[in-house]
Amino acid sequence: MAIFSVYVVNKAGGLIYQLDSYAPRAEAEKTFSYPLDLLLKLHDERVLVAFGQRDGIRVGHAVLAINGMDVNGKYTADGKEVLELFAIGSQLSPEQGSSGIEMLETDTFKLHCFQTLTGIKFVVLADPRQAGIDSLLRKIYEIYSDFALKNPFYSLEMPIRCELFDQNLKLALEVAEKAGTFGPGS
Amino acid sequence: MSRPAHRRPEYQKINKDLFVLTYGALVAQLCKDYEKDEDVNKYLDKMGYGIGTRLVEDFLARSCVRRCHSYSEIIDIIAQVAFKMYLGITPSVTCNNSSRNEFSLILDKNPLVEFVEELPPGRSSLCYCNLLCGIIRGALEMVHLAADVTFLQDRLKGDSVTEIGITFLKKLDEKKYRRKK
Repeated sequence: MAIFSVYVVNKAGGLIYQLDSYAPRAEAEKTFSYPLDLLLKLHDERVLVAFGQRDGIRVGHAVLAINGMDVNGKYTADGKEVLELFAIGSQLSPEQGSSGIEMLETDTFKLHCFQTLTGIKFVVLADPRQAGIDSLLRKIYEIYSDFALKNPFYSLEMPIRCELFDQNLKLALEVAEKAGTFGPGS
Repeated sequence: MSRPAHRRPEYQKINKDLFVLTYGALVAQLCKDYEKDEDVNKYLDKMGYGIGTRLVEDFLARSCVRRCHSYSEIIDIIAQVAFKMYLGITPSVTCNNSSRNEFSLILDKNPLVEFVEELPPGRSSLCYCNLLCGIIRGALEMVHLAADVTFLQDRLKGDSVTEIGITFLKKLDEKKYRRKK
């Protein structure tokens, strides 16, 4: 899948919704002898292959285990980290009146953020080649206003636990992925 | 860059009378529950506030309005876009005072009071549509604008027009939300 994660952050900076949809990537096991033919780098607290594609091991693959021992490369994305990113972003900006980070591009992913006039932030992590994320963010905003806010039992600023929101969000992600370019195959 | 408003593909129409009757039932029940008009008005405003805080996101998501730079822009958008979208009416806007933070919306037609002739005896200070005031207040607060919204004139009370007064108070500090952790 080309869209890796969706996060919704409330006004106070707390994470109220998280959806991680990593593709069931193919796992490849290979025996290497020293020196490794791969270039590995630490990225987001995961050890990823940066260079040296061969035999089913491609760029972007994460190291899952070494010699049978699982590698615990957890990607932390709690609300605090996300908030600091945006607060720092708006303070670092050379422009006056910056509203924060809109897009962050790296080799392996693009982070898009849409901040509403009410202070809610929608963050999408996607493949750099994935197109149409802007309209996806607007669509997620609509889905949020429909299925989270109009639920009379949902309190504002609280974590979103609405089944309909989940379902419609996943549908919207599928549509966006089909419409945009496809991500790296697995 | 203008974008058409995003409409849900399965936008369903329901009978307006059902909505008007539901609102009437709500006000009638509140009148039974509370003796004082001020209490009924207060609870209508409170309910409206809860609706407004949620409705504003729906409005912003579907109408694609840009950030406003003046109070009069905001009032124009409320009158011409929001009222049109949700009630199908377009109130006219007047500015009441020269310091430019008191405005009025004059409602020509009001679908909520279509079937109401006059207020019952003993309920002379009831603001029948106070829910609307609460909605506007709640919506403005979610975009960091504190405002006082009340009915200045009401046809149901014998005035010649129905007028909603919106007074903008000091702007709520956006940064306040970020510091709260």
